[in-house]
Amino acid sequence: MSLTADDVKKIAHLARLGIEQQHIVSYTKDLSGMLELMTQMSNVDINNIEPMAHPMDQTQRLRADVVTEQDYREKFQAIAPQVEAGLYLVPKVIE
Amino acid sequence: MQNKTITELAQGLRSGEFSSVELTSAFLGRIRQYSSLNAYITITEELALQQAKTADARLATGNAELLTGIPMAQKDIFCTEGVKTTCGSKMLDNFIAPYNATVVDKFNSAGAVMLGKLNMDEFAMGSSNETSYYGAVKNPWDVNTVPGGSSGGSAAAVAARLAVCATGTDTGGSIRQPAALCGITGLKPTYGRVSRYGMIAYASSLDQGGPMTRSAEDAAIMLQTMAGFDPKDSTSVDVPVPDYKSGLANSLEGLSIGLPKEFFGEGLNSDVAATLEAAINEYRKLGAKVTEISMPSLKLAIPAYYVIAPAECSANLSRFDGVRFGYRCENPADLTDLYTRSRGEAFGKEVKRRILMGTYALSAGYYDAYYIKAQKIRRLISEDFKKALSEVDVIMGPVTPSTAFGLGEKMDNPIEMYLSDIYTIAINLAGVPAMSVPAGFAKGLPVGLQIIGNYFAEAKLLNIAHQYQQVTDWHTYIPSHFE
Repeated sequence: MSLTADDVKKIAHLARLGIEQQHIVSYTKDLSGMLELMTQMSNVDINNIEPMAHPMDQTQRLRADVVTEQDYREKFQAIAPQVEAGLYLVPKVIE
Repeated sequence: MQNKTITELAQGLRSGEFSSVELTSAFLGRIRQYSSLNAYITITEELALQQAKTADARLATGNAELLTGIPMAQKDIFCTEGVKTTCGSKMLDNFIAPYNATVVDKFNSAGAVMLGKLNMDEFAMGSSNETSYYGAVKNPWDVNTVPGGSSGGSAAAVAARLAVCATGTDTGGSIRQPAALCGITGLKPTYGRVSRYGMIAYASSLDQGGPMTRSAEDAAIMLQTMAGFDPKDSTSVDVPVPDYKSGLANSLEGLSIGLPKEFFGEGLNSDVAATLEAAINEYRKLGAKVTEISMPSLKLAIPAYYVIAPAECSANLSRFDGVRFGYRCENPADLTDLYTRSRGEAFGKEVKRRILMGTYALSAGYYDAYYIKAQKIRRLISEDFKKALSEVDVIMGPVTPSTAFGLGEKMDNPIEMYLSDIYTIAINLAGVPAMSVPAGFAKGLPVGLQIIGNYFAEAKLLNIAHQYQQVTDWHTYIPSHFE
């Protein structure tokens, strides 16, 4: 199975990932190559097999519903690209 | 001094032969002297000397641990409070971590000295250390070849004696493959054995931190400090940590070793095969029984991995959005432009490839065909390991199909690069522990022997590697320009 340049542009948009126009061709080729690898999985009988998400089939651990985290707000804001009055700044969203 | 083991250095520090400040200064000098290897991204000289001073004071009280005062280094994937933590990416070039990874906290409590942060493939995606934003690392055995990846800086630094030992992380072979190519000892523990808290995530169901050292004994000492349950990591496993050093001297008489025929077929370089053959013969002499086994699903490991790891990567790396930390593009027109351009400008090509692949595999209409299918195949692979390890004590095989390849040789062909992890990837999918142990040389370059064990059998692996290192000296060889 291979992808087209339009497929790659669509996937890049889904990932909010900027790809320069001149590199679209090479990504299309590379991703198609990866999908070619995947075809090795197509003839395997996987009926009645449970998908495996964790090597020990462990489920997410629960903890008591108490506060365990400290307030790191100032520390975290100190490394942000742009903050003002304790808020993270981004370009205007609503016109 | 730089060739001593952790145990020997610990004795030297206690007998007053040298202080931690002297030892640390010596290593800092070597790091400067051999900076052309590009093993370090950040050298934390001031912090190291301060930690060494504190370690000397602690040693004087008699209340020190084996790692107290030992100069080591962290792969730059582990968050270090107040110190730049880049993960080999332009995205985090300005990122000063606001907290420590649990692993870093543990080394700090043990009194270890951190010399700096080690170079690595960008976000641990790569097998040659060439995807790093900070440039390729060179292999000290031949500076025209790659050190392997993604923990290439760790492997090169330990091999060239620019640190006594180092941390690494392994998602598809990133500890074992560079350990093999640089002739050092590397251990990927059982998934969940070492905390992932503060270890920048690539593929969360596969990532695992571990030690990279010059010997199995040193690896046992490092793992003792690294391992253990951590409530801050939701996938950490609450299993008691044994004493990794106490079983090192156990005899291997009667050990059963399985050699999967799928590991020794087409694609394995004949010089590497001959070197491994000799290593396995040493185990026969130590009393082990060797049998051929079959693990038919191993061949599906690469396709399954290149669905699962990119899928998890695309989810994990969505946090790098230019809003809260890391790189932000200049003058974004709107929010979408901010996300798209910040990510587009700061991620390198291999990271982008995997984000795209993962996004595709998780997108509507393809999820069952790729992700669920790959997870089912993951179970088949894991069942192969369970079956094999019920028949034999350990599995042995190659770590890599060949010795170190040339810088630039595989950068234009990602699929060929992926195939250099063909013998290591299945282990991550199953979640079992595995080691790479120096087993000799092929045309002057190191060859690693892989030893794979059952879940939580790290002590057994270390014992098996240590016994081999008692009857061979491959792990003591030093690359000629770094003596």
